[in-house]
Parts: sequence; C-alpha cells; structure tokens
Amino acid sequence: MEPIVIAKNLTKSYTKGLRALDNVSLKVNRGKVLVVMGPSGSGKSTLIRTFNGLEAFDNGELNILGIKIDSTHDERKIQKIRRRVGMVFQQFNLFPHLSILENITLAPIHVQKRRQIEAEEYGMYLLSQMGIDSHAKKYPSQLSGGEQQRVAIARALALKPELLLFDEPTSALDPERVNEVLDAMRRLAEQGMTMVVVTHEISFAKDVSDQVLFMDSGKVIETSPPNIFFSNARHERSRKFLNQLDKH
Amino acid sequence: MKINQKVFLQFGICIIFFGLMGILINNLTINLIRTGLGFNFSWLFKPASFALAEHPLPYTSSDSYAWALFIGWLNSLKVIVSSLILATFLGTLIGFARTGKNSLLGLISAGYITIVRQTPLLLQLMFWYFVGFLGLKDNIFIQIKNIFYVSNQGIEFSGLIFSSEFLALSLGLTIFTSAYIAEVIRGGILSVSRGQWEAFRSLGLSEKKGLIRIILPQALPAIIPGLTSQYLNLAKNSTLAIAVGYSDIYAINDTIINQTGRAIECFIILLVSFLLLNLLITNTMEIINRLILKSRKYS
Ligand SMILES: Nc1ncnc2c1ncn2[C@@H]1O[C@H](COP(=O)(O)OP(=O)(O)OP(=O)(O)O)[C@@H](O)[C@H]1O
Ligand SMILES: [Mg+2]
Repeated sequence: MEPIVIAKNLTKSYTKGLRALDNVSLKVNRGKVLVVMGPSGSGKSTLIRTFNGLEAFDNGELNILGIKIDSTHDERKIQKIRRRVGMVFQQFNLFPHLSILENITLAPIHVQKRRQIEAEEYGMYLLSQMGIDSHAKKYPSQLSGGEQQRVAIARALALKPELLLFDEPTSALDPERVNEVLDAMRRLAEQGMTMVVVTHEISFAKDVSDQVLFMDSGKVIETSPPNIFFSNARHERSRKFLNQLDKH
Repeated sequence: MKINQKVFLQFGICIIFFGLMGILINNLTINLIRTGLGFNFSWLFKPASFALAEHPLPYTSSDSYAWALFIGWLNSLKVIVSSLILATFLGTLIGFARTGKNSLLGLISAGYITIVRQTPLLLQLMFWYFVGFLGLKDNIFIQIKNIFYVSNQGIEFSGLIFSSEFLALSLGLTIFTSAYIAEVIRGGILSVSRGQWEAFRSLGLSEKKGLIRIILPQALPAIIPGLTSQYLNLAKNSTLAIAVGYSDIYAINDTIINQTGRAIECFIILLVSFLLLNLLITNTMEIINRLILKSRKYS
C-alpha cells in the first residue's frame, strides 16, 4: 500500500483562537477514494486546500506523493506538488478568456513545456473522455454548468496527476446536471485514480468511496468505511449530521 | 423628479450657461478693442526672433511663430509620450508588487505610492531638476564606454542628447504618474475573482505567468478607463514644463504672449493644441479598448 497523502496533526487558525483545522491526521493510499463530509464551516475546504499548498497551515506535517511540507510553506516543494496534483473547484474557475481547449492545454504547454500539437491532442482525448469534445472551440460562458465542470475535470487531468482533489464539485450545479459530473468522477475512480472528494452526495460516497472522513469544528470526528458510516456511524455528531442531510 | 421639474432645471442651466458665455464674449470684445490689436492670426507668420534650446526639427530664431509653436507641440508630445510609456511600465511593476505575495515588496511599493501621491507634482519636478540634474558637475560626471555621458547638461547616449530639462520633466512626470497607474493596475487585478488565482496556482503556473496569462487579460477592461484618465492627466501636467524651463507648447505660448500681446489668439491655439493631444490619447485608448473587446470572444 503506497500512501499518497499523509497528514499529521495539521492545525490552522485564520483568526486567533478559532481553529479551522484542529490536529487533523489522515492517510490516503494510492487508488483510494476518500470522501470528506461535515457541516458548513467545519474546515473541509481548508483541509483539502492544504494538500496542494493553496492554504498554508500553522502546525503539523504533510506528505503528498513523498514530498514533505510543513508550516514553512516551501514554495519550491509546493510547486512540485502542484504539478502532480489536480484540483476541481465548486465554482469551476475556468479561465473565461480562453477557449475550452486552451483552458486544458495551458498547463501542459506552460508548466510541462509540451509541444502545442501534443498538448492539444491529449486535450482532445480528455474532452472526449468527458463527452464534451464538440465544445473544444467554445468559451466557458457558452457551456452549461455541468459541461463546465467536466471541462474543469479535464483541465485538472491534463498534467496526468496522481491525486485529484474535489471541493464540492456538484454543489453549484442544477440538480439535473449533477449526475453527469458524478458519473465522470465514478469512471475516474474505476480507472484507479486516487481522489479526495468533499461532497454531500451520499450515493456517490456510498458507491465510490473507500473511506468517509467526518469533520466538525476543524476536528476529525471519525473515519469509517461508507457502509459503516452511513448505516451505523460511530459518533453521535456524525449521526446527527446524517439525519439533517436526509431531511433535505 | 417630475418631468416638468426636469425641464425647468435644464432650462435654468441653459440660461446660466448662455448668460456666462455672453459675459465672456463681451469682456473679450472690450479687451480686444482696448489693446487695439484686433483679432487675427497673421502675426503667426512673422519671425519669432527667440531661440529654442530644444527642437526635434530644424529651428532658428528667424523661423515663424507658427513654426515655433509647432516645435513646442512636438516637444510636448515628446515628453508626454516618453513619460507615458515609462510610467506605464513602472506603474505596472509597482502595481504587481503591491498585489503580489511578497510582503516586503508590497510594503515598499505601498510606501512609494503614498509618498509620490502626497507631494505636489511641482515640488517633485523642482526636486528632479535642481537636485537630480543641476546638482551634477558641469564637466562630464559619468562616462561609460564612450557611449553614455551624464552631466548637468543632461544625458548623451550614443549620439542622442537629452537635456536636463527634458530629463527632469520626464522623470518627474513618470514617477508621479506611475504611482497613480500602480493604483489603477491594483484595482484591476483586485477585480478578478480569487478563484482565478487558485485555478492557475493549482495548475502549477508560477505567479508571474499566472498574472500575465490569466489575471491581467481579465483585469484589462477594468484598467483601460482608469489608464486613459491618467494619460490625460499626464498630458495636462506636462504644462508644468515651464517650471523647469523646458520649451513645451505652453512655455512657448507664454513667451509669444509676452512678445506680441496676442493673449487671446494664443489662448485659442493652446486650447486647440491640447484638444488635439487629448483626442490623440483618447482615440488611441479607444482603439486599444476595442481591440481587447474584439479579442474577448466570450461575453
Ligand atoms: N480566508 C479566510 N479567512 C478567515 N477565515 C476563514 C477563511 N476561510 C475559511 N475561514 C473560516 O475557517 C473555517 C473553516 O472554513 P472552511 O471553508 O474550510 O469550511 P468548509 O467545511 O469548507 O465549509 P463549507 O461547507 O461552507 O464550504 C470557517 O469558520 C471559516 O469561517
Ligand atoms: Mg468549503
């Protein structure tokens, strides 16, 4: 079992006294899918954003793909990590002034220094995998939310990452668009991609994840396999949270 | 506001406007009669009989007033365009530093912006002229590889000569304007959503590349109008040339008024010259703006 993410006692406060991350430890092995759940403000985004250095932390240690970072936030190491880790955001964050294909080839051309033709070929392959290759020449604003999010996934895949991070990838979508994105993520998991996914989609967590990590107030409350978490969560707080999710 | 109220207000404004115009024209006529000069431009073609230290085209004191004015206009254009280009570069760099991640650079640029914006331009020009250039010794002060000389006469760079007046004015305007441009750039950069920064960073793009390829193109629509108004200010501020003795259009106009007493005609010429300059700037910026909008195929 090769560990891809090891977090040890991560702690972070934005404002003094209020811990967005409180002694968080976890491990994700290669090919595994970790789903992160928890109420709003519990620190889910903060946690996965530390994994690619978008967020610095105050204490603890991170080992991503064998690259160790700590509170000093070493830019060179973080740059190395970012070349091997992809991220998908709630608001897609596509580059509006670039075409769909340009969005995808940007990093391969300017970070990996690949030839444009080569990058475009692989970009088209990724778009066809996501079922949106017919939109390659369009601009993000011309696409639906679900299509934009699939472009964002293709963009994150363009650097051939070994770890994918998703921060509520379906929360900004119309309900009828959610499944096209979840299906794309399912296929990635089946192909053996290591993923950390912040989501409230119970069906996705049940079917795809290997572990569910539940957070509250910056702390890890429990980490359990989905069948246990959803039927027989160990902690009172987890059960309360699941009850509230069910009501929606 | 009700419609008839609006009409009434506009009517009132019209009356005030035309009233003021009437008073102005009346004064003008009385003054013209008093000076006994009448209103004409034929003097423009008489010899100017004053020397100009700085002339991008051939000029002698036997050339006409019209030619002297044209030289002044060119001198103005020269100092405006060079300061405009330099201020844009410098302002962009400082704006980047101000918004960047490096906190020391951010602090330095914030200090620069504050100091420059809170001192009068006239004072800054005097400083550059008297402290910066006239302070240098008159024998050659710095000489590098026989192509670069600095003295209190100015700078000579492989045959091109820049007078200390031109340099002081150009440096002063550049520094003054760059502080304002830095703020315009910063405003533009801040108008781009945080998600765009996160997206390029998570793709492994460096801060510099991300700024240039992702942030700046999206910030431009917010930057261009502010930039245009800073360029127009620069053009107007360039008339402070007279303080350091640089022969711009305003300074030459001033000399001619003293010599000929043709204040009204000169005033009109100055007005038209600046109208032309500002139209040049506004239209160029408008074209640039349109090119950018055209290249943005998204809405
Ligand atoms: N940039 C910031 N500055 C200050 N406080 C912040 C910042 N970002 C997050 N926080 C605070 O940190 C805590 C954790 O926020 P975080 O965004 O990680 O929660 P989350 O679990 O992702 O919530 P949500 O489900 O609403 O996305 C919250 O109390 C939040 O207010
Ligand atoms: Mg969040």
